[in-house]
Amino acid sequence: MTTVDSNTAASEPVVDPNAVSVTINGKVVAARKGEMIIAAADRTDDFIPRFCYHPRMEPVGMCRQCLVEVVGPRGPMMVVSCMTPVAEGQVVNTETEGVKKAQEGVLELLLANHPLDCPVCDKGGECPLQDQAFSHGPGESRFVEEKRHYEKPIAISDNVYLDRERCILCDRCTRFADEVAGDALISFTSRGNNTQVMTFPDEPFSSYFSGNTVQICPVGALTAKPYRFKARPWDIEHVESTCTTCSVGCRTVVQSSRDELVRYQGVDSQPVNWGWLCDKGRFNFESINSKDRLTTPLIKDGSGNLSATSWSVAIDSAARMLRTALTVSPQSVAIIGGAHGTNEDAFAWAHLADALGVDSRDSQLADGLPPQVFSLPQATIADIDSAKTIILLAPDLKEELPVLYLRVRHAAEKRTGRVVEVSPRATGLAGKAWKKVHVEPGKTAATLRALATDAAFTAQVASGSVVVIVGRMNLAESEESVVHALAEVLHLAPHATVLPVLRRGNVRGSITAGLTPRNGGKSTAEILEAAAAGKIECLVLLGADPLSDVPDADLARRGLSGARNIIAIDTFITQSSALADIVLPAAAYGEKVGTTTNLEGRISNVAQSITPVGTARPDWMIAVELGTATSHDLGFASYNEVHAAMISMVSEFAPAIDTHAVEHDGVIVAHPTPITLTRADSASSERNSYDYRAVVSRKLYDNAIGTAKSPSLATLATAAAVIVNPLDVPRIGAQVGESVRVTSERATLVLSLQESADVLRGTAWLPINLNGSDARELLDVTKDVIDLKIEMMS
Amino acid sequence: MSRLNDVNIKTALEIIARYPRPKSALIPLLHLAQEQNGYVTNEAMVHLGELVGVTSAEVYGTATFYEMFRFEPVGKYLVNICGTMSCALMGAGDLMHHAEQKLGVKAGGTTADGMFTLAHAECQAACTEAPTLQVNYRFRYKVTNGDFDTLIDDLKSGKLADEIPAHGVVARIRQRIPADRGVGAVAPGLATENPAWMDGKAAL
Repeated sequence: MTTVDSNTAASEPVVDPNAVSVTINGKVVAARKGEMIIAAADRTDDFIPRFCYHPRMEPVGMCRQCLVEVVGPRGPMMVVSCMTPVAEGQVVNTETEGVKKAQEGVLELLLANHPLDCPVCDKGGECPLQDQAFSHGPGESRFVEEKRHYEKPIAISDNVYLDRERCILCDRCTRFADEVAGDALISFTSRGNNTQVMTFPDEPFSSYFSGNTVQICPVGALTAKPYRFKARPWDIEHVESTCTTCSVGCRTVVQSSRDELVRYQGVDSQPVNWGWLCDKGRFNFESINSKDRLTTPLIKDGSGNLSATSWSVAIDSAARMLRTALTVSPQSVAIIGGAHGTNEDAFAWAHLADALGVDSRDSQLADGLPPQVFSLPQATIADIDSAKTIILLAPDLKEELPVLYLRVRHAAEKRTGRVVEVSPRATGLAGKAWKKVHVEPGKTAATLRALATDAAFTAQVASGSVVVIVGRMNLAESEESVVHALAEVLHLAPHATVLPVLRRGNVRGSITAGLTPRNGGKSTAEILEAAAAGKIECLVLLGADPLSDVPDADLARRGLSGARNIIAIDTFITQSSALADIVLPAAAYGEKVGTTTNLEGRISNVAQSITPVGTARPDWMIAVELGTATSHDLGFASYNEVHAAMISMVSEFAPAIDTHAVEHDGVIVAHPTPITLTRADSASSERNSYDYRAVVSRKLYDNAIGTAKSPSLATLATAAAVIVNPLDVPRIGAQVGESVRVTSERATLVLSLQESADVLRGTAWLPINLNGSDARELLDVTKDVIDLKIEMMS
Repeated sequence: MSRLNDVNIKTALEIIARYPRPKSALIPLLHLAQEQNGYVTNEAMVHLGELVGVTSAEVYGTATFYEMFRFEPVGKYLVNICGTMSCALMGAGDLMHHAEQKLGVKAGGTTADGMFTLAHAECQAACTEAPTLQVNYRFRYKVTNGDFDTLIDDLKSGKLADEIPAHGVVARIRQRIPADRGVGAVAPGLATENPAWMDGKAAL
């Protein structure tokens, strides 16, 4: 409750021109100009009932439930508190007889057509309509006529069901779809008594953010397929956690019932996700409940098949494998992965690697950025709100980091900042961009250098703070090309701060914890190359699946078949762990406690909600056991000990000592002294005789294991294709939809030809890891750019 | 293909140019689509969404708000017989019964030849002339069964073609406003100065 304290008000003579003071139910409340009465009242103990009002969306005054009295010159006047701004000296009463009568009247009307099927409604028990009918309703209805009936429910998308009988037309879902997500695929249709939320005929509400509408629906009109009839709210156990599906690190509530995950809900964390989640992060809890999870350690038997064994046998065998390899040379042992675990997991493994003398370890799979980007002046996600210019030098945020996309979109939509899109193809934010710099692969740095003469651009950059969102916008280009481009941007905007967007959940934490090459150790690409040359005796895959994740498919294949022994720590049998000699089952998200670090370096907790499946253990525990079995006492034996050791030994993690903050909005890692990037003349490779430059990126729904093992998401991955500009289609000769032959210096693939105006002429966009031939076969991580030939099938 | 044809695309672009924001042109564009096909087809709504830069769902939401837009094929002549109080008292029930007999369809139905759709209507605001009906929104007053038969026969023979165009045609004469003769409205977000009326008010 924020009431003005006369003592502090007197001792702080700073006058805020936007400050106003209103009286709500006799209590003086400090508010700001433009704020609505309901928002100011939310800081007192007095609750104004509401359905349509949502603090993260524009008010519409749709439901009329929040009626209150404002005392005016002609006496008390009934106003909707979500649409009436505060004013100096305003006197508001929210609990008078008149207000009570009005609110009861509105509720009686809202309930007139509501089916009151609460016993079989998913929302029952956590329903604002149910709760407020109880707290602010009339108790009785005078409506005795037949209620209206609709088919119930209808699927408006693969995962969202609509029950129109329950809908009270609050406009929350439709406003969210339009205002927040930018996917206005649902709308009010018809009029009067027939008004209903509906999609266009045969065009489903296929938004990456559709699950949020279920969460904000104040009644049971929208329900999510993965949760329908799974649990009752009063039987659910809740723990607040952080989503690690991607590196945005959205705050969530992980909910379980009978030791099974049933739902994730977004938590409104001001610095991170504002309550929103993407559907992938919301629904991929299904993979954790999957029957395909690894439950026991597996070891390769005499006939070369993986068969179940005990932990003691598995750990002893793994330790023997490591020891044998170490006697050959510590350089012949390598660790790939760690970005899917917690900070503690990564720390324990880095600590084990230190003890064993293993320098070749990398939590990035040849698709990341050099850790030096973390040493540049860092931006936070919240800096996007106040930045005057947001420069996107990043992959398509909508596809890779969806909730960060919402934040940038919000800034553009509210005109708080201008978006400059630097990309080889139009991304999901292209429509919101103030300036689009579409660059040909291989020429990004040179194109950006030329922007120095663009007066409008330089004036815009000089007008205020600049945030550069930097990541791998094209996996067919080298990571150096991104660093060179970033150096050019920072030369044009020396005051800019940098938000590095690496993709995997805890990639930043695992790098910080030490799972990154040390003392001249090898990176993932180098490890795989060495393995292919027979120089790796023991390869540890820490939750990594190089065969489906490393952009260069051939390199991954050669590397994994060349490694003498492979120890995999994983939750599933993946393409890569299937090749391992020993597979150790890992506890998954929701099954272990820990902390994670998001892309901005925010450390927040991940909580345990259920017991690990079978005998699965957290990664850190496996590291400790392998340490013991190789005669290295890592110095910790419980989660609390590994967490404490991590905070004291890794200086960046020191702020995590503030446990309360870590369990809520998180704390930002301690930053090292900023460095500056030096501009380099990146030799832009000339085209070979091939016609198209490859642009390779990921889509939100692909065949990654967490998606593939979640039945609600598994069907959403599309077919692989090669996508070119419509004007290039005649040049190829084939029709759109036909199969074409795509050739790089590495391989030839047959892919379906598609067209999109988002793709630059002379380039070809190839999303990877979809259904069908994978474009990763065409890539070569040693090349700066990949040129392609696209031909008709003869 | 029931997207707008080439001629209508030209007309649509002319209509859009009259408005400061393209999506403001949606209602006249929906009339244009209905004029082309006799009803508003899904393909036309997708096309309009593309033309004004909104999703098909938004076009659909706007269109379904209005009774005059039809989303299923309608006969060439839509006959609405008023059934509200004054007309009901003056024999609208009998008239509807007769109409159903004459056309061989129930209220809401369309004749097999696609010529007539018969429908109930609420008050048409001509109570002194009850019972009334409208054919493609053109009035007929104090309609007797005989008048109805004559009307149908005349429509069939083409005798009324000049007065009553096919369903969807709002007016035969299209207003032409070249861009330079428009009022020059500017979208609020793009306005650099206050509208004249606001300045005038300030002067008071």
